[in-house]
Amino acid sequence: MAMRQGGARPCPASRTRRSGINLAAMSESPQPSAVPPAAGSADQPPARPSLTELLHAFVQVSLSAFGGALPWSRRMIVERKGWMSGKEFNETFALSQFLPGPNTINFAVVFGSRFGGVGGAVVAVVGLIGPPLAIVLVLAYFYERYGDAPVLDHVLAGIAASACGLLIAAVAKMAAPLFSMKRLRAAPLIAILAFVGVAVMHWPLPYVFLALAPVSIALAWFEL
Amino acid sequence: MNQNPLFALFTLFASLSLISVGGANTAIPEIHRVAVGVMHWMSDRQFADLYAISQISPGPNVIIVALIGFHVAGLKGAGVAVAAMVGPTCVLAFAVARTWERFKDARWRVAVQAGLVPVALGLLGASGFVLARAADHNVYAALITAATVAVAYFTRVNPLWMFALAAAVGFAGFV
Repeated sequence: MAMRQGGARPCPASRTRRSGINLAAMSESPQPSAVPPAAGSADQPPARPSLTELLHAFVQVSLSAFGGALPWSRRMIVERKGWMSGKEFNETFALSQFLPGPNTINFAVVFGSRFGGVGGAVVAVVGLIGPPLAIVLVLAYFYERYGDAPVLDHVLAGIAASACGLLIAAVAKMAAPLFSMKRLRAAPLIAILAFVGVAVMHWPLPYVFLALAPVSIALAWFEL
Repeated sequence: MNQNPLFALFTLFASLSLISVGGANTAIPEIHRVAVGVMHWMSDRQFADLYAISQISPGPNVIIVALIGFHVAGLKGAGVAVAAMVGPTCVLAFAVARTWERFKDARWRVAVQAGLVPVALGLLGASGFVLARAADHNVYAALITAATVAVAYFTRVNPLWMFALAAAVGFAGFV
C-alpha cells in the first residue's frame, strides 16, 4: 500500500530523484484498501499530544493495521489528529525508511520522541506492538495446543499458501520499476545476487548483506 | 548446538535487528535458516503456519518474531525475541531522530537509501521463495499461492478475503 502511495506523495527529500521505488513497500504486505488522500489538513497548526493521547493513538493504529501500519499512522496523525502536517509526516516517514530495522517501529520511535522524548518513544512503540503482541500470543497458545488438530492444520496451510503469494506479489510490484530504471543499472544484478546468496546458496543473511550493501551503496553514490 | 534457547533467540534477532532493511519480512530467510535448518526448532510446515498466523493478525510484520520466540521458549522466548529484534533499531532511531535535519539532504544519505533498495528487494524475493517452499507442499497449495500472486498483483482486493478463501480451501481438505 505504501508502494502505491509512493507515486502520489511528494518526494521526501528534494534530491531524491528516484521514483516508484520505496523501501516502505517492503516492510509490510500490500493491502489494497487504500487510505483516502489527505483532506486538506496539511497546513493546520500542529497540536501537541500528551503521552496518554499518544498511547491511545498508536494502540488504535496497531489494531486497525492489517498488512502494514504506516498508512494507518498517516491517517491517524495527519488526517485525524493534526499532530503533523503532511510534509512533516513525509520527512519523518523518510527517516524511518532510511533507518535500518523494522520501519514501522522506527517511525513510532521518531514520532514519539519528537513529542515526548524517551517517554514518548517508549509509549509509541508499546502502543504499536503491545496489543498485536497480546493477540498473536493468544493465537500462538492455541496453535501450540491445538495445531495438530487436522481442521486447524488444513486451514492454516491454506492461509500460509496464500500469505506467501501476497509477499511474492509485493516483490513483483517492486521489481518492475527497479528492473526498468535508467539509473542504477546494477540494481537488478544486486537484487539477483542477494536472492541467490540467501535463497539458493543458503548463506547467512548478515554476510550476504554486509557483502552487497556497501557495493550497492557505492554504485548508487556514483550514479545518483 | 546445545546452547540456551533464549541466548540463541537473542543472538539471532539482535543480529537481524539492524540489517532487516525495510522491515521484518526481509529477515524471513535467515529466521527460517536458523529456526528450521540450524537449530531444528520447528518443521518447514510449522514455520509456514507461524508466518500465516502473523499475517492474519493486526499490527506490524515484526510480530512474527514473537511467534518464533513463543514456540521455542514460551512467553520468555517471545519477550527475548521481540526485545532483541526491536531494541537496537529503537535506540538507533532515537539517536538519529535528532540529527536528521542535518543530513536528510546529504548525498550519502540518498546513496545509502537508494543502494539498499535492490539488496532489500533480493532479500524479500528470497523470503517469498523460502515461504513458498515451506507452504506449498502439494499442488493445491501451489495453486493457492499462484492465485494470490495474480489477484494481489492485478487487483486491489483486500488480502483478508484471499486468506478467507484460502482457509476455506484448506478447510475443505485440499491442502
